[in-house]
Parts: sequence; C-alpha cells; structure tokens
Amino acid sequence: MTAHSLNSDVDRQPSNTVAPRKEDQRPVPAVITLRDAAVERGGRRLWSGLDLTVAAGEFVAVLGPNGVGKSTLVQVILGALPLIEGELRVLGGPAGRANRRIGYLPQRRSFDPSLRVRGRDIVRLGLDGHRWGLPLPAWWPWPGVTARRAATARVEEVIDLVGASGYADRPVGELSGGEQQRLLIAQALAPAPDLLLLDEPLDSLDLPNQAAVAALIATISRAQRVAVIMVAHDVNPILSHLDTVVYLAPGGSKIGSPREVITGPTLTQLFGTPIEVLTASDGRLVVIGHPAHCDGHAGPEP
Amino acid sequence: MILSAGPSWNPIIDLQQMWSFPFMVNAFRAGTIVAVLAGVMGWFMVLRRQSFAGHTLSLIGFPGAAGAVLIGVAASYGYFAFCLAGALVIAALPRAGPGGYSEESAVTGTVQALALACGFLFVALYKGFLNSINALLFGNFLGISAGQVTLLGVVAALSLAALAVIGRPLAFASIDPEVAAARNVPVRALSVAFLVLLGAATAEASQITGTLLVFALLVMPAATAQALTARPGRALALTVTIGLVVTWLGLSVAYYTPFPVGFFVTSFAFAGYVAAQAVRHTRPRWRAASSEVSPMPTGIAR
Repeated sequence: MTAHSLNSDVDRQPSNTVAPRKEDQRPVPAVITLRDAAVERGGRRLWSGLDLTVAAGEFVAVLGPNGVGKSTLVQVILGALPLIEGELRVLGGPAGRANRRIGYLPQRRSFDPSLRVRGRDIVRLGLDGHRWGLPLPAWWPWPGVTARRAATARVEEVIDLVGASGYADRPVGELSGGEQQRLLIAQALAPAPDLLLLDEPLDSLDLPNQAAVAALIATISRAQRVAVIMVAHDVNPILSHLDTVVYLAPGGSKIGSPREVITGPTLTQLFGTPIEVLTASDGRLVVIGHPAHCDGHAGPEP
Repeated sequence: MILSAGPSWNPIIDLQQMWSFPFMVNAFRAGTIVAVLAGVMGWFMVLRRQSFAGHTLSLIGFPGAAGAVLIGVAASYGYFAFCLAGALVIAALPRAGPGGYSEESAVTGTVQALALACGFLFVALYKGFLNSINALLFGNFLGISAGQVTLLGVVAALSLAALAVIGRPLAFASIDPEVAAARNVPVRALSVAFLVLLGAATAEASQITGTLLVFALLVMPAATAQALTARPGRALALTVTIGLVVTWLGLSVAYYTPFPVGFFVTSFAFAGYVAAQAVRHTRPRWRAASSEVSPMPTGIAR
C-alpha cells in the first residue's frame, strides 16, 4: 500500500480519440467475458447476442434508454440473474463466485434521514461486513490487533480518497445525496476490488461533483488496474475517461470505443429513427433526435 | 405495594431491604437479564425499522401466556412458544420488497386483533383471580420463581451468543441489503434469524413489563441511545445501560409504592428518551462547515 502520484497516468485525451494505453500492449486476463449472451426479465427478452470482454483497468460505460436492461446487465455479472443463452465468466469463474472481489454500487440509494450510523461505519461494512462475528474495538489489545489497525487505516484511506473526511463521522442520514454517494463509493472501494460495478453513480450529484467523481473513478481504474463497468444516463461527464461503450437499445446493442458507438449512423441504426451526434467545442457530445421516450445524453434529466 | 414504612433514601440500605425478600432478588435478576437482551435486540430492531414486528410478537405472546395459565403451565412457556412461532410466521410472510412491509402490515394487523381477543377469552375461561389479566398486559414482578429466572437466563445467553455470531453481517444486511446480498451475505436467512431472536427477546420483556409495555425495554433504550450517539459500539453499550437503569429504578419505585412496575419502567424510559431528544436538538450543529465539492486528491494508495 504505497502512495504514488498519478500525474503521468492522467494524460488521457480530453477529446474522444481512444489512444491505446500502455497497459493495453501486453496481454491481460479478462475480468469479464460475455459470449453471445441473452437475458429475460418478466418473460421479456431484454438483450441478446451480447459479446463483451473487459480487461483489468478498462473503463466501460453501459448506455441506453430506460428499461433496456442496463441494470440487469449488472445483476447478471453479480450472478443474481441467470443468462438464458450464452456464457459468462467473471474474474476467472462463473458469475457470483467471486463477488467479494467486486465493488458494487446499486442504483439510487439514499439512507433514511433517521439512520443514526456514521458514514465511517457504512464504509467499514464494505470492508468486512460480510464476516461473521462482532467487530472488536480498535483499541482492544488481543487478538488480531494488527488486522484491526489495518482495517481502520484502510477505511480512513478510502474516505480520504473520495474526499469525505470532513463528514465521515456524522450520521449518514443527515448527509446530502452527494456526500452519501461519495461514502458509498468509498464503501465499494474499501475491499480493494478487482472490478467495480457502478449503477448510475453520478445520478444524485450536481455537475461539479459529477466531473470530480468521474475523474476519481477513472484515476482509480487506471492506477490500480480496476475494471470499471458504469451504468450511466449521461455520457458526457465520463466521456473523456472511457475505453469502451456498451450501447443497449431496443433495436440491438453496439459495443466499441465511444467514437465508434456514439455516432449518428450507429444510433440511427440502433433506434430505427434518424439521430445526429454533434460535438461541441469542449468535446461534449450532443445527441439530437432521440425518440421522445428516450433520454438525450446532453439534455436535462427528465 | 407497601411492605415497610418507605425508602430510607440511602440506596444501599434500600437495596439491602428489598433484597432481603427472595421474590425481589428474583425480580432484579429477571429484570437485569431481560434489560440486557431486550436492549441489544432493540438496537437492531430500531436499526431495521421492525418495531411493528416487535409489537406484533408481543401481542401474539399474550394468548400464549393466558393459554398456558389456562392449561396449568407456567406463563413463561406460553410466551416463548407463541412468540417464537409468531416470529416464524412473520418471517414466512411475503415481503413487498427490500424493507417494504406494506403487505405485512395488513396481515399482521389482523393477527394482532385476533391474538388480543384470544388472550382475553383464555383469561375469561380461566376464571382465576381477576388480577391476572392486568399482570399479563401491564407486567408484574411478584412471584417470579427461581426456575423462571433460570429459563430467562438460558434463553438470553443463547440469544446473545447467536447475536454475537451473526451481529456484523446482520448489521450489514439491515443497513445496506442490496450490497450485502451482492457480497454473498445471506440476507434472507439473517432476516429470519433476527425475527426468531426478536421473538425470544419479546417473550422475555413481556414477562417483566407485560404485553402492552414491551417497548419500554425493547424500543425506548435503543431509541434514546441512537439519539445520543451514531457510533454503533457506544450506542449498544448505552442502550444496555439505559435499559438496566430504568428497570432497576422501576422495580425499586414499584416496591415502595402501590403502583405497577410497568408504569414506572415505561415512564423512566420515556423521560430518558425526551431528555436525549432535547440534548440532541440543543447541541450546536456543525454541518454547515463542510462544502459540497471537496477537492479530489490525485494520490492513490492501495
């Protein structure tokens, strides 16, 4: 556990050209391998024929309109929902086998205002909450005092990392949505996972916080070679950090670099209606002509 | 009840006087055992927002105790049998969703009314001394036998031992069920185990405070402690302390006055709760200091 600067790593292009990164040059075992996969929910086929390989350190966004099975993909990777066709391997085994190496952030959670537990305790549960027994206090002399100190230090470290030190000791129910979300990201990071599954983590944040959290996740992904799969509503805050986009739509799916996938012809084909993608001067993508029931990438939240 | 001229206001002399009667020694022993178990279980119950389940279990215990008296068995066995069976029934009811009790409330409300009615019928059939219904509903510390104390102690020791094993994953599953499930914590099984333990704690508390006043020991100490601190360890210790203090005070005051013990335990617990809320709301607030957007550190440690 050594701290090192990331400045040399943070040179990912602000424009959307996907420059091959130096890690990509050598072969790495895949974190996720999905082959010709299909899934059903409530008797309805959500997606099929999905092929996806995610390598360590890769940052993948899952985009698409509501109800198309983005969160379902996350559930499948966690092993909570079986595939009806195809094959899936996660972290070298069947889905669900290595969930303790996965940091998971479910969609849109906010804690009850009356919940009287500190943010720090929430983060600590992410580290060892699955273990049987009761936690001994940190000052208790015996046994396993080294492990307890290491756990306390690790919690402190991830709280620092997400910039939540100022409020980690307050009852989590009293915190704002953005503060809670940072603590939940710290909770997901606490066990030093090999894969992060984040379901709309930027949803409850304002714009400056969205950019900050997106940059933080990208930094962790590269520095610690953690694969990240992020379900997102709006691609713009994460666009400059992305390696791969999985675009799910009612008319099929498309996987590739952001430049390949978020294009007028591709989206037109996926949605079966004319769609144009414009690039603003700051590199943001503006998608125009989505059907009314779909959410535009650059538009305000409905 | 008045057995002497009144308290000397010297706690040591008063305790010596009370403890010169075996029934008072048994009452203090039973009260202490119950206060510890009910406090700890109550902390989890408040955390899980399952007070309604606790209330239901206590009402289910009433016909159990009345029925036991009717067939000539000690009321303790009736409380335990009905509360534990009731816990399993509540656990088997379908749940609306994570944390959702909307379906449950209608079913359990129906069962509560039936339980009270059956209990009343059993008491009427028994035609015993008229006081027994008051004792069952509002508590009685007279006539607690040494055997009953042993039974309370064994059940409490078993329950606390079980809680020591499942405590941490139970807290995880209570606070954050989705993430706990993703980390392979058996959320459903823990929920059943918790209800069974809650049934045991409710059966114990009913024997001191009566069916209708179990919350004096099950909810009030935990709610008071959670108002004062958000640190789980301290909150648990404080819960047990408050439970013990109000039980001992209640027993002592009831010994020297003609009024029932349930009233005093409840009133002292309520006074503590009101005082804690007053302290909490007059404490200076320190939340405005932290800003929403905190700077993102660039150093990553692992």
